[in-house]
Amino acid sequence: MKYAYYPGCSLSSTGVEYDISTKKVAESLGIELWEIPEWNCCGASSAHLTDHLLALALPARNLAIAEEKGLDVAIPCAACYARCKATEVEVKDSKEMQKTISEVIERQYTGKAQARALLDVFVNDLGLQSISTLVNKPLKDLKVVSYYGCLLVRPPRLGFDDAEDPQSMDKLIEALGGTPVDWAFKTECCGAAHATTKSEVGFPMIEKILTAAKEAGADCIATACPLCMSNLDMRQTQVGAKYGKNYSLPVFYFTELMGIALGLNPEELGISKHFVDALGIVKKLNEAAGRRDTA
Amino acid sequence: MKRVGVFVCHCGTNISAAVDCEKVAENAKSFPGVAYSTDYKYMCAEPGQELIKKAIKEQKLDRIVVASCSPRMHEPTFRRCIESGGLNAYLLEMANIREHCSWVHPDDKERATIKATDLVKMAVAKVMQNEALVRSTIPITKRALVIGGGIAGIQAALDIANAGHIVDVVEKEPSIGGRMAQVDKTFPTLDCSACILTPKMVDVANHPNVNLITYSEIEKVEGYVGNFDVTIRKKARSVDLKACTGCGTCIQKCPTKVPSEFEMEMMDRKAIFTPFPQAIPNKPVIDRESCRYFKSGKCGVCQKVCPTNAVDFTQEDELVTERYGAIVAATGFDLFDDSVYGEYGYGKYKDVITGLHFERLLNASGPTMGKIKRPSDGKIPQNVVFIKCVGSRDEAKGKAYCSKTCCMYTAKHATLVREKIKDSNAYVFYMDVRTPGKGYDEFYTRTTDQYGAKYIRGRVSKIYEKGDKLIVWGEDTLLGRPVEIEADMVVLATAMVAKADAAKLAQMVGFSYDQNNFYTEAHPKLAPVETHTAGVFLAGACQGPKDIPESVAQASAAAVKVCGLLSKEEMPTEPIISAVNEAICSGCGMCVPVCPYTAIDLKVIQERVHGKTVSRKIANVNSGLCQGCGACTVACRSAALNLKHFTNEQILAEVDALCL
Ligand SMILES: Cc1cc2nc3c(=O)[nH]c(=O)nc-3n(C[C@H](O)[C@H](O)[C@H](O)COP(=O)(O)OP(=O)(O)OC[C@H]3O[C@@H](n4cnc5c(N)ncnc54)[C@H](O)[C@@H]3O)c2cc1C
Ligand code: SF4
Ligand code: SF4
Repeated sequence: MKYAYYPGCSLSSTGVEYDISTKKVAESLGIELWEIPEWNCCGASSAHLTDHLLALALPARNLAIAEEKGLDVAIPCAACYARCKATEVEVKDSKEMQKTISEVIERQYTGKAQARALLDVFVNDLGLQSISTLVNKPLKDLKVVSYYGCLLVRPPRLGFDDAEDPQSMDKLIEALGGTPVDWAFKTECCGAAHATTKSEVGFPMIEKILTAAKEAGADCIATACPLCMSNLDMRQTQVGAKYGKNYSLPVFYFTELMGIALGLNPEELGISKHFVDALGIVKKLNEAAGRRDTA
Repeated sequence: MKRVGVFVCHCGTNISAAVDCEKVAENAKSFPGVAYSTDYKYMCAEPGQELIKKAIKEQKLDRIVVASCSPRMHEPTFRRCIESGGLNAYLLEMANIREHCSWVHPDDKERATIKATDLVKMAVAKVMQNEALVRSTIPITKRALVIGGGIAGIQAALDIANAGHIVDVVEKEPSIGGRMAQVDKTFPTLDCSACILTPKMVDVANHPNVNLITYSEIEKVEGYVGNFDVTIRKKARSVDLKACTGCGTCIQKCPTKVPSEFEMEMMDRKAIFTPFPQAIPNKPVIDRESCRYFKSGKCGVCQKVCPTNAVDFTQEDELVTERYGAIVAATGFDLFDDSVYGEYGYGKYKDVITGLHFERLLNASGPTMGKIKRPSDGKIPQNVVFIKCVGSRDEAKGKAYCSKTCCMYTAKHATLVREKIKDSNAYVFYMDVRTPGKGYDEFYTRTTDQYGAKYIRGRVSKIYEKGDKLIVWGEDTLLGRPVEIEADMVVLATAMVAKADAAKLAQMVGFSYDQNNFYTEAHPKLAPVETHTAGVFLAGACQGPKDIPESVAQASAAAVKVCGLLSKEEMPTEPIISAVNEAICSGCGMCVPVCPYTAIDLKVIQERVHGKTVSRKIANVNSGLCQGCGACTVACRSAALNLKHFTNEQILAEVDALCL
């Protein structure tokens, strides 16, 4: 199984542990990731707020390189995925747009190389069955709420899962031996950049999600987006202080949880980089496993 | 020599304003075969028709062209006219110079006149090739079949029976009654559904002309209008209907409980059961899927306790074939599967229910004896949220159409919440409130103004459980504000959809259905109860979402059509049907799957070739089934099939007249 790999800018900065864990997990699962050489930024929100063509041309260049290689593109970041998918669909839908974009990027992109969310690749291409057979440190008794965020499974027409009540990450957690906890905030918006630019709007959104996770009885949150991660993890103490709450809710990239279950070293997965201590819970998990083994 | 008469109509000024009718009539005189040509203000009116009849006699005309409106409009009129003038009705041709000419080219009289002349020229060329056709007759079996015993089927059956005809009602379920039996009170008058339905159920059951065949399904349909041969599968009831007195002892003693479909699984029934207390026939059936005896060979309690020995485990399905003159499809509707709306949590949260669940919660013989209680814990809900258009008017996840009944039944539900629960709140999320219908808008106004239901214009984005509450997030689009409601129960106004097996039944009987599997009427305005298949009529929600008054009206209309048919001994058949030229038919069978009415099959004929008898296959058109659509003539590679009155030669004559 081989995919082109598009890490995107966040994964080389704030979300570096997402990149590390993705690569390590892919390797243990026997998935070959070919990082797109000289990839460029997908444009994120800045491009599509500026100019429609620009917003399509930026991702198209990366997709075109993958197409030349005959590979679909696996994309961890939910926002990059959304931009790339939108480009793929628009190019497929309109020959005219395909021509314009090809002229702009000076490369051919026909929509043949598909933008695929990394979660989708793991769950639907590799399959839960294959993943669960490779698990050697099951996330036993770990109660996880899956947080998909507002982009990963949307818009409904393009998504690989139900846009309102997605299940793939929950099923993945189950395959890893953990306990998926159902909750109603799977696809609520975390406020994205509002936490930085307009905290009076952003903070209440984060608060709602953290509170709901806590009330659902979760030990931790699994996510698939570097921006969600910084809002829920980096901002957690700040938001808690504002609302007089102490959540102490570790937040993981789902790839990190996969790495742990596959028996990889948590430190090497980058888990020590989190703001809210996440190593503690992993350690507890391992200790409990140790006790079970000796008993 | 053929002598054609041409009659050009002005249609008041409808045609003459854009076409020079006198000139067209004048031009026509030079066309080959035309012996007489004239124009008149209103050809279809009495003097116009007299003009034609007189000319036939005086000018010795033997075929007629009328240049006027669409044949859809007046072909029958002029056919009758020339028939009474002594000509065969099919020696008429119409040139449509109104819809096809004056109406579409109102501004260029000169060219419109040229076009009208051309149209007449074509019609003359065709009529020269026309042949006299004779209508034959088929006998009519004086017995009707109604498929489905909901309110629509019941009403249709009663009307047909009261007119003196025999009618069989085939109902799939153990009892007739349909959805109306599940409904508690009916809008807009809030009279109790059972009180108005059960008398009708009893009437239909006791009517000497009605034969109820419950727990049965249609297996096969052959034949055509006047003579449908229908095979019915009477499912094994495991209870002898003649012996059973309906005492119910077996039901009481049966140890097996399963969720009751009728009560929307909010209550149990037994393995031997009647779906509801007023069921008709009020005699039980054994659900063999859940019965212990059928699953493990043990039990048999019902048989032991039955005082009349009516329980019969050895019963088998029975197939009966009966001949009918007409069929009414009245198979009703199903509910959309709300679980596709993950955001509402239907199927996940016990207190998110459909309107039909709510009807049962309102009903005195329902799971809560008519007290509105939550399915989860039996508590009386204080805040009830209603969401309209769930699965309706939503192309992304549901159906594009409006389900038509839900605005009204939601208003009814909201009223009843406010009436039955003290200090309660009824919140209704809506996109629009659609209440056309007699007394309907007044009812809705009372719901808000008198009963104080709170209507919020906007959609719900999410429902989630918090403790024992359901938190409902939505938007009030009039105030432009998000809304959050702590609800105790949420009721979804679920879309009405076609029955799961609707398409299968339509294919079996041979009529058409739309993209949503609702049955298609022959004309949306002018033939709303007919289908494209002669002798098959529609009633009720199987044709599209409908409430009870509309279903009943349509049922009575369908009954009139059936009675019209059954009141005759025989009926004329349209002679415009396909004919096989046996000499050149190669028997390839290409035409067989092409025919939408399954009118063609292959038959074997014997021929003498060079002194030897050989047999070969050829196509055979069933004149009762053929509707003259002509599809087969296009499929036939050896041109052996020809549609009478539209033969290849006739069409080519028209083309030649225009182009040569
Ligand atoms: C929650 C709710 C509340 C409502 N409240 C009201 C109200 O207050 N007032 C009002 O006017 N309307 C109301 N309606 C609408 C009303 O239910 C329908 O108008 C009515 O039931 C339509 O009648 P029908 O006979 O066409 O169909 P149905 O009631 O669906 O009956 C069809 C019958 O055909 C049978 N059948 C189906 N397929 C086959 C087959 N293949 N072979 C043999 N038999 C078959 C079925 O078992 C059933 O008995 C409500 C609807 C809902 C969902
Ligand atoms: S035999 Fe079946 S229907 Fe009869 S009592 Fe036993 S379980 Fe009930
Ligand atoms: S009747 Fe009212 S609630 Fe039902 S689909 Fe139509 S608009 Fe929506």
